[in-house]
Amino acid sequence: MQALTDRVKPVDRRPLTFMEKLYLPAIWKGMAITFKHIFQKKATVSYPEEKRPFSPVFRGLHILNRDEEGRERCTACGLCAVACPAEAITMEAAERKPGEEHLYREEKYAASYEINMLRCIFCGFCEEACPKDAIYLTETFAPANYQRKGFIYGKEDLLIPDPKEKQTV
Amino acid sequence: MSEEKKLFKVKIDNISVEVEPGTTILNAARRIGGDIVPPAMCYYSKLEGSGGKCRTCLVKVTKGSDADPRPIPKLVASCRTNVMDGMEVANITSPEVQEARKGVVEFLLLNHPLDCPICDQAGECHLQDLGYEHGADGTRYEFKRRTFEQVDIGDKIKLHMTRCILCYRCVFTADQLTNRREHGVLGRGEAAEIGTYIHKALDNDFIGNVIDVCPVGALTDKTFRFKNRVWFLKPVDAHRNCDKCCGKTVLWMRGDEVFRVTARKDQYGEVEEFICDTCRFETKDAKAWTIEGPRRIDRHSVISQSHYVGTVKPKETITDVMDGRSPRLLMDIHSVSQVNRPEIDLSKIEGPAHSDDFKKQ
Repeated sequence: MQALTDRVKPVDRRPLTFMEKLYLPAIWKGMAITFKHIFQKKATVSYPEEKRPFSPVFRGLHILNRDEEGRERCTACGLCAVACPAEAITMEAAERKPGEEHLYREEKYAASYEINMLRCIFCGFCEEACPKDAIYLTETFAPANYQRKGFIYGKEDLLIPDPKEKQTV
Repeated sequence: MSEEKKLFKVKIDNISVEVEPGTTILNAARRIGGDIVPPAMCYYSKLEGSGGKCRTCLVKVTKGSDADPRPIPKLVASCRTNVMDGMEVANITSPEVQEARKGVVEFLLLNHPLDCPICDQAGECHLQDLGYEHGADGTRYEFKRRTFEQVDIGDKIKLHMTRCILCYRCVFTADQLTNRREHGVLGRGEAAEIGTYIHKALDNDFIGNVIDVCPVGALTDKTFRFKNRVWFLKPVDAHRNCDKCCGKTVLWMRGDEVFRVTARKDQYGEVEEFICDTCRFETKDAKAWTIEGPRRIDRHSVISQSHYVGTVKPKETITDVMDGRSPRLLMDIHSVSQVNRPEIDLSKIEGPAHSDDFKKQ
């Protein structure tokens, strides 16, 4: 039969030699390799105490940004949702009323905004699509949770805290 | 004498077509169809006297006619220039036309605000398409754009004069479709604006058609304002018995909710038949319509994004495999999600939704 690849290795079926029949030299050889690793650099880190540095292009949990005056940047234009290959983003828009100008940057804003982190593949397309610099992917993981409903991130989970409110506290 | 009229033979981008005398170059090109049709922002075949304002349909006439083969020295507006026998026209084959069109788009965008993320027309806006296909990447304009206050003309139509490109289509629509003319263009030059005299409400039965006719987002439907983006809605053809109009419309639906009703538009963005305001604004109930099927949308349009046509839903096999037991549902999305709450019928809210619409339980 013709081999399908050129990487086929024929099995060596010759009878064992005397040295091979002893087994012990082979065991010592194997244990030497094992113990050698004790003195080598560890491949793991003890995670919660020690954290690996993130790459500068790491794409983690999303945030919704505010502008310098603390107003929400998102206008619910839907470009993140249409760019999302996993269809994780949904939103509902509302019109800004007079008196809400300090809350929302534009006359239209996202009344509800939701990312399903179970669906999200952290590709960062939403960040790229956003014309208002509203959505960003941070260097944080989506934290683990015991229940699926903990992965539905609403607007209050995503929106960064208002810088003005922080000052008063 | 034979009654048969002599047909004029025209060549547009080296494609020959025979048309009746009196046809414009644009309509001759539309008879051929395809890429060679010049874009038009102001011309509207259903409106008499439209055209000649936006200059996006500029073409080069390389040969005037058989009788006088000299070319026309300047680029001509194809929607306003009639064909001559033996005329030869260059549209996409002429770099001069492409360059001129790029300039025209830059002019149209001079005062046009960059508020597509907010604008309800985004996704079906002719100026967006035009800018994308023919426009330059940036603008050289360094001055303040002209701005106007938003105006409610009538209780169902919103006028954003800032976005207007002064194509006059809506003025012609109001003139020709309704009994009384109530809105027109006030002022001249840069100060020109669409207005109703003393902000008089437009309450004609067919005035809603100005929304469909508007190539940009200057005239928008207030009952649909900010409700949803057009590309998240599913357009379906529907009809109903209407005593005022043909009743043939497109419903923009999400689930069972009808978010918007528009007239059916052809490939040039022109309505097939005008519809009345009762159909457009007041019949937002799916039960009132007979749905014919999904509307065919050009697959290059953003509206066709995430619309899965011809998909086959696989048979649910879990219950078979598990001896008739249904799988344990780990999460019902509606128990967690704040979007699409069943108690809020967005499409039923008169006008745009506000913060208190979402606060009520």
